[in-house]
Amino acid sequence: MTKSSNPDGLGRQLWQFFASVKLSVVILLSLAATSIIGTVIPQNENPMLYHRKFGDVLFTIFNTLEIFDMYHSWWFRLLLFLLTVNIIVCSINRLQATWKIIFPKKASFHADPFRRSRHQRTWTSDSSPDQLKARYAPWLEKRYARFTTQPTENGWLLFGEKGRWTRLGVYAVHLSIIFMVAGGLAGSLFGFDGYVNIPEGESTNAITLKNGQSEILLDFEILCKDFEFTLYEDSGMPKEYRSSLAIVKNGETVLEKDIIVNDPLRFEGINIFQSSYGKLPATKMTVTFTETASGLIYEKDAVMGTPVDLPGNSGTLTVEDFRSNFPFRGVTLSNVFLCRLDPKNGEPSHILIPADFPRFDAMRQGDFVISIAGTDFKYYTGLQVTRDPGVPLVYAGFLLMIIGCYVTFFMFHQKICIEITDAGGGTTVLAAGVSAKKRPGMNAVIGRLARQLQKRAQDIHHA
Amino acid sequence: MTSSEIFSIITFIYGLAMILYAVAWIFKKSLPGKLAVGATAVAAAGNLAGIFLRWIESYQMGIGHAPLSNLYESLIFFAFTIAIIHLFVEYRYKHRFVGLVAGPIPFLIMAYASLPKVDDAIKPLIPALQSNWLIAHVMTCFIGYAAFAIACGVSILFLVKPAGDAPADGISGRIPDADTLDDLTHQMVMFGFLFLSIGIITGAVWANQAWGRYWGWDPKETWSLITWLIYATLLHARLMRGWQGKKIAILSCLGFCAVIFTYFGVNLLPGLHSYQ
Repeated sequence: MTKSSNPDGLGRQLWQFFASVKLSVVILLSLAATSIIGTVIPQNENPMLYHRKFGDVLFTIFNTLEIFDMYHSWWFRLLLFLLTVNIIVCSINRLQATWKIIFPKKASFHADPFRRSRHQRTWTSDSSPDQLKARYAPWLEKRYARFTTQPTENGWLLFGEKGRWTRLGVYAVHLSIIFMVAGGLAGSLFGFDGYVNIPEGESTNAITLKNGQSEILLDFEILCKDFEFTLYEDSGMPKEYRSSLAIVKNGETVLEKDIIVNDPLRFEGINIFQSSYGKLPATKMTVTFTETASGLIYEKDAVMGTPVDLPGNSGTLTVEDFRSNFPFRGVTLSNVFLCRLDPKNGEPSHILIPADFPRFDAMRQGDFVISIAGTDFKYYTGLQVTRDPGVPLVYAGFLLMIIGCYVTFFMFHQKICIEITDAGGGTTVLAAGVSAKKRPGMNAVIGRLARQLQKRAQDIHHA
Repeated sequence: MTSSEIFSIITFIYGLAMILYAVAWIFKKSLPGKLAVGATAVAAAGNLAGIFLRWIESYQMGIGHAPLSNLYESLIFFAFTIAIIHLFVEYRYKHRFVGLVAGPIPFLIMAYASLPKVDDAIKPLIPALQSNWLIAHVMTCFIGYAAFAIACGVSILFLVKPAGDAPADGISGRIPDADTLDDLTHQMVMFGFLFLSIGIITGAVWANQAWGRYWGWDPKETWSLITWLIYATLLHARLMRGWQGKKIAILSCLGFCAVIFTYFGVNLLPGLHSYQ
């Protein structure tokens, strides 16, 4: 049996399945519930950490379910996909009916639904039905897109209708979700998100991608001319991180800009954001040895990674690494050189030389107090580099969402009817309204309308 | 007078309004009710004046910025938005009962803000917050939260209201009819949903400017989405499935729990939004 031979079979069932609002409710609540997981379990951390935290069994289960990167897992994406299909099918299904309401082939007004409406106000007036009709009709005509009057046996029926098009608001909201999903998809397929650290005065075009270890090469170089960071004077809180960047293409500077957080550089679809910073020591430095016994001072030039002879040929010192912050016995030391000491007689040892405390090494009570000075520190700027061709789509979705929500919630399709009846000795006026089922606000509209109409009727006698 | 003195005074006025609403309710008198509205209006005006004064004070300190940058300042603004929306609802729908549920909230928030563990110092803005999006993002979010708070209050009233026809003279009998409560909950949720949406969207645009992505599944972002999903469910269940009354009231309370967690609970989780 083929699909085409049975049009009422599987396809139809699938369509019915996705056309259900019950399904929407289930998917929305499932998305809400499962989203909680990723806020409780930190995402995308080192697998080792997870393993230590959860143990063998849980780790294996969570890992299989992609809990550690759940917002990109197959099942979360499946939920998003189901929601998208659900929205599309529901919208298409309902749009036909809505279209008929917005553009009816033959429009007519009947008083019966209004007489049955819950939203009614009744009052009496001294003026005759004709007087009232003459008074109300022009006023209502201005306020309702479609307006008509009908004579009755002993009075008038006045009908008004407006806001038919606002029924499209909800479709705008649904379409906005589709836009955002499409934009997000475009971004993940055709965009990238990476970072690069560039020391002052240097340039590069190699960007490390965030997910995975791969690199991407831009067709231009980013040059960091300068990096500066300033603190607030009183509180010492960070005030500004500023990188002076230049875009160099084929050896020519094509764009220069200082970027700060909240003010990125955008060039040929690539966005460059201020993201972090760090400190690098110059590769050349001066090491000072103060002999403990004699107080004699020896100065030697050193290069990172190359051993320097200790005075008196008693061994070597190697500056191995540099950290701008290093935790030491509960405090954080700044600008620390990690060094290795190889004495001629004895075991090699690792020592810390903080550049800012020349006497720090005296604690070690060795033959020499070693300090490192004369270093220029160089900053590097940490840049986030992204390309996301989906952003315009997503932003269009944002705009559509706001407009759609506003139209759906605060404007609505409303029909009103004013029935003016000569009741012998006086005139009875009934104001009633109908709107979409369960739509709040119609009662308030009729209340306001009744007040305004009564006020207008008073004018008749003043006039 | 300094802004903190103003905030202490209005905390008491909000408290007074809360008591007056309760008195008006229990003894069914209209004078305390009118006084309660007056007290709330005075407190809200003082609240706004305090916010502007704090803004000026920050400029005098040389670190001028809108007072919307930390937990303390957000609480102050939250209290203000709830009071304003509450007054608007009372004026527009002539429902004095709203004060019974909305009246205590600004008082409780201001009282919480005055606890020593909430840092009330005016601090300079860190680089990430130095953006014009700060004002739009924080204001729209809190207007949304305030509407949801009132919706939750009305829903609780609905849930404690005895089913069926209660004796009209009892205290619980003075709770308005189910339709009115249900309608008001729905109105407040729609209002809140629009502003929460704008709040999330302004936040996303801002994040794209500062951090290079419009959405990053940061705990606060995720929780705001969870909140949005719950209220989206409520709106669909009501408009399309015809849910009403109790079920909607429960969803509205659940939604506000998510709001509370988005606001406070997220500080317990790591992320870019925690107020530390």
